[in-house]
Amino acid sequence: MELTVLGQESTEQAGGCSSGSCGTTGDQMSHLPDEIRKKVENHPCYSEEAHHHFARMHVAVAPACNIQCHYCNRKYDCSNESRPGVVSELLDPDQAVKKVMAVAATIPQMTVLGIAGPGDPLANPERTFETFRQLTEKAPDIKLCVSTNGLALPAQVEELSKHNIDHVTITINCVDPEIGAKIYPWVFWNNRRIKGKKGAKILIEQQQKGLEMLTAKGILVKVNSVMIPGVNDQHLKEVSRIVKEKGAFLHNVMPLIAEAEHGTFYGVMGQRGPTHDELQVLQDDCSGDMNMMRHCRQCRADAVGLLGEDRGEEFTMDKIENMEIDYEAAMKSRAEVHAQIEREREAKRNTPSGAFVALSDLKNSGRQTRPVLMAVATSGGGLVNQHFGHATEFLIYEASSEDVRFISHRKVELYCSGGDTCGDAETALQKNIRTLEGCEAVLCSKIGYEPWSLLEDAGIQPNGEHAMEPIEDAVAAVYREMADAGLLDQPRHVARATA
Amino acid sequence: MAYSIIETCVNCWACEPLCPSNAIFEDRPHFRIDAKKCTECEGDHADAQCASICPIEGAILNGFGEEANPPGSLTGIPPERMQAAMAEIQAR
Repeated sequence: MELTVLGQESTEQAGGCSSGSCGTTGDQMSHLPDEIRKKVENHPCYSEEAHHHFARMHVAVAPACNIQCHYCNRKYDCSNESRPGVVSELLDPDQAVKKVMAVAATIPQMTVLGIAGPGDPLANPERTFETFRQLTEKAPDIKLCVSTNGLALPAQVEELSKHNIDHVTITINCVDPEIGAKIYPWVFWNNRRIKGKKGAKILIEQQQKGLEMLTAKGILVKVNSVMIPGVNDQHLKEVSRIVKEKGAFLHNVMPLIAEAEHGTFYGVMGQRGPTHDELQVLQDDCSGDMNMMRHCRQCRADAVGLLGEDRGEEFTMDKIENMEIDYEAAMKSRAEVHAQIEREREAKRNTPSGAFVALSDLKNSGRQTRPVLMAVATSGGGLVNQHFGHATEFLIYEASSEDVRFISHRKVELYCSGGDTCGDAETALQKNIRTLEGCEAVLCSKIGYEPWSLLEDAGIQPNGEHAMEPIEDAVAAVYREMADAGLLDQPRHVARATA
Repeated sequence: MAYSIIETCVNCWACEPLCPSNAIFEDRPHFRIDAKKCTECEGDHADAQCASICPIEGAILNGFGEEANPPGSLTGIPPERMQAAMAEIQAR
């Protein structure tokens, strides 16, 4: 059988993936009409493959919110934390536009500007739409998108469609008011605060109506859901089915983030988030014919850079005040950088890699080899190119004789930042190694002696031999090496099938 | 009688556009209500608008100086539970 994972357009046939278009079960983008695929293929938040190459930024112009969610605390303002709803500096539309121009001139991979908070963008329509209006005029090559809880959406669809915004994300955690009452304590509607089931019912109706109105207008809709174990985890399968029926093109199930120190209802009341395994099982259950997204990083409302990195600190207002920006020139050089990235992506799609051919041989030999999870340290570009100790997250891939597929990402704490911030290095490193539980190999550009031996003790093989190679090729090559060494003929005694 | 905003305000702007009397204004360190303009929404709305959208318990006081949204009323977190959690975090 032909291997279907080479990242060529033929990925449409089967459940394989490579750098072509993956990040989901099967092929994330393949069922989409060409015009939609065109719109999303350079969008790091929608395309798993694109997120290795292109950058995004959020501007925090929307402080007000019209609902309360149990996973959010409006008192929060912190520079050290990464989660939606958290920002360090609120901007007015003029400042936001200035910041976008500065970032776009400095980070040529930037393709997308989103407004996502820290409140709800559509509860701040003047600020949100003024920002979009100026950017449409001044930075026409930047894609615009917006993220909302949906309460004010039906009232704003008309205005949204005027601003050339073709991507909208709605966070939909439920379609049942009984469940909604356990997630949303209140909504502000028609000049009143409405609590409990009644409030949740209004929110759900507006979300569904907004979704239908957007898709009727041909505006792309992604749905985000927060997985809250014991509250909506089983229910999200129904949510997935319904939003897909109504035309959402992508469904993104994210894990609840809840710690007591965040001061959120769930954090303080001890509601736990899902494990890596539980999240993956639900994502698989929801997938069906629905597109699932697994590379979401749950960014802050002021995040800047490639997904998984945040360069916001480089672009605070006092720093950009002093930057000289020639936007015309920046736009030109950005177009060149994008064209270069496109050429590289194209070349990658069209070059069958030796490692995948070797996988194919393995499969044809009729040997039964078990699937293996591997963790990869990357700083972007789709390459194994990061030092183990510099990684703030690892991408988890599953290799088998059939294909290599992206499963998830796992965040870790920097243990090697040095200086006073370091704390107890031993503990942080041990904790990171526990985060990689279930993986049998770690691919990185380099790794120190100490983590090397700790990883080996934990049954995870460090591997620095594929530095600067494309991730999927490197994972396939390591899999082949493991197979050749006879390591894959027996089930691993601690092997786990999920990430 | 007038509502007022106190220092726990997080400057989220939610109340400002809702005020029927334009009594709310941006200020440092936090938003304030002009007591001369505030009508407590009499004749405009059944509920005081600022107090109805404010997400922060205790940040808005009514005309009697009482918290319009007392602890636990908006987040659903029982106050004693919140105190215990904060004490536990500080003890770490």
